[in-house]
Amino acid sequence: MTFAETLTELAAVDRRIVLLTADLGFEALDAFASRHPDRFFNVGVAEQNMIGLATGLAEGGFIPFVYSIVPFAIFRAYEFIRNGPVQHRLPVRIVGVGAGFEYGSNGFSHYGLDDLAMTRVHEDLTVLAPADFQQTRSILTATWNRPGPIYYRLGKDERITVPGLEGRFALDAPELVRDGSSVLLVTTSSISAEAAVVAQNLDARGISTALVVAAQINPFPREAIATLLGRFRLVATIENHFPSGGLGSAVAEVIADCGGSSRLMRFGATGEIDGRSGSTEFMHEMFGLSSARMTEAIAAAWAGTT
Amino acid sequence: MDDRTDELHSSVTGHAIRHLIIMQSKRAGVGHIGSALSAADMLAVIYRHLLRAATPNDTDRDRFVLSKGHASLALYAALFLRGWLAQETLDGFCGNETLLGVHPQHQLPGVDFSTGSLGMGLSYAAGAALAARLERSHRRSFALLSDAECNEGSTWEAVMFAAHHRLESLTAFVDMNGQQALGYTRDILSLGPLAGKFAAFGWEAIEVDGHDLEAMRSAAAAPTTGRPRAVICRTVFGKGISFMERQVAWHYLPMTDADFSKAIAELDAAPCA
Repeated sequence: MTFAETLTELAAVDRRIVLLTADLGFEALDAFASRHPDRFFNVGVAEQNMIGLATGLAEGGFIPFVYSIVPFAIFRAYEFIRNGPVQHRLPVRIVGVGAGFEYGSNGFSHYGLDDLAMTRVHEDLTVLAPADFQQTRSILTATWNRPGPIYYRLGKDERITVPGLEGRFALDAPELVRDGSSVLLVTTSSISAEAAVVAQNLDARGISTALVVAAQINPFPREAIATLLGRFRLVATIENHFPSGGLGSAVAEVIADCGGSSRLMRFGATGEIDGRSGSTEFMHEMFGLSSARMTEAIAAAWAGTT
Repeated sequence: MDDRTDELHSSVTGHAIRHLIIMQSKRAGVGHIGSALSAADMLAVIYRHLLRAATPNDTDRDRFVLSKGHASLALYAALFLRGWLAQETLDGFCGNETLLGVHPQHQLPGVDFSTGSLGMGLSYAAGAALAARLERSHRRSFALLSDAECNEGSTWEAVMFAAHHRLESLTAFVDMNGQQALGYTRDILSLGPLAGKFAAFGWEAIEVDGHDLEAMRSAAAAPTTGRPRAVICRTVFGKGISFMERQVAWHYLPMTDADFSKAIAELDAAPCA
């Protein structure tokens, strides 16, 4: 697992790095645990205490990484995150694995559809959602010793890559993966590869489409996004998150605050969560996030603007 | 423990803390008096005898978490008596722009962790104890919990972790005043034998009179048995002010002028223990 491998390397050069898990990460964390056994703690199924411990460790000068699946890392422990690392501005790193519908068959309890909304409201909580495992490596390497708390929202499927991204990441500068002149797609997190397919589909239909990966959700790179938006009449955000509170809302806020006349389409998980589950692909299809459904919707909207 | 600690911090007494609680809560018109009074002697022991820190900013100082943050006034009084808080600052309690609110904020020198929501402080203290162990420091961590705070499941997550990792530098003082916001703990959510619960979870648990400074001191200062230690302190809610003792109303009520005069008269008549 790229995250754990990278962290294991960083921990070899920085003694302040400690890794805590709430009893998740089967095999994924073994490398760290065997190389740095004195700085690896499985705290048991106790996410609240895990964040509280990390707060105490960080106050003492350590850089604790805490690891779990997105909803357990964020929601079970939310008040601890808010009152602990956020309030104290301490360098606790919350690592949530499984964005959006990545735990498709596991059901609602395991989905990460509301975490961006809950985290990005806090100005001092950096929120980073890598598009693929290559970007996970560069993001971790670029940010692990940044001041204040960080939430890393990781994808779990390491077979997926975003063509043309090559793992690039720079703070406050979203990555323009491909340029175009008609439609702008802004995406984030592990659904970015699906957004890349949408861009290809639209191009194939003669709609020149640009694709931007905005892995930095908070603080949102408002100026860079505002500049990009100015070039496009039609903008679509694509995220594996509910349509409210995440990337789409962040872009809407930029339009509202900075001015702009782009039409914004926000693609997020839309539909009733009714207990049915399936693969990530199935869930994307069911909730309007498959590349086919998004391509149709955007092409129709584009036809309406011309 | 260095005997000189006693000499250095001899101005920190339960009586002096109580006096400041009454003065400041009246001046500010703010409640939580009963909870602060029940913990006054516990804070006196911690700040007089136990907490080793040359200054509040010394990185290798002992850590303290007032997990029952609503007893902040007792903490501010202890910080003042320890010499870490100016009179002028103390007199700002619950005013505008103050760092001395109803619940402690870490931005105030001497407050290691902000609290206010119950059930979090023991995790912070356990993390601080773990940090000390990783650094091979001999510093200790103390947390002061309320008994009702043990209603929170997260408290027991921290209890289990500290026991499993044998965090012997961690000491939890539990203010067992038997009351919570809306009534008596035995009526709301009975805690049963609290010392027995800590012991069953693998802690060294000692039950003492929470108004007997020497008993609390010896319990906390006894040689370590390699396990975290819980000092379960039997206390009286509102201790020291006769008309507040064991009265649920004083969880929230501020004092009238008549209440205040009577309270001060009682404190003035009491021995300066």
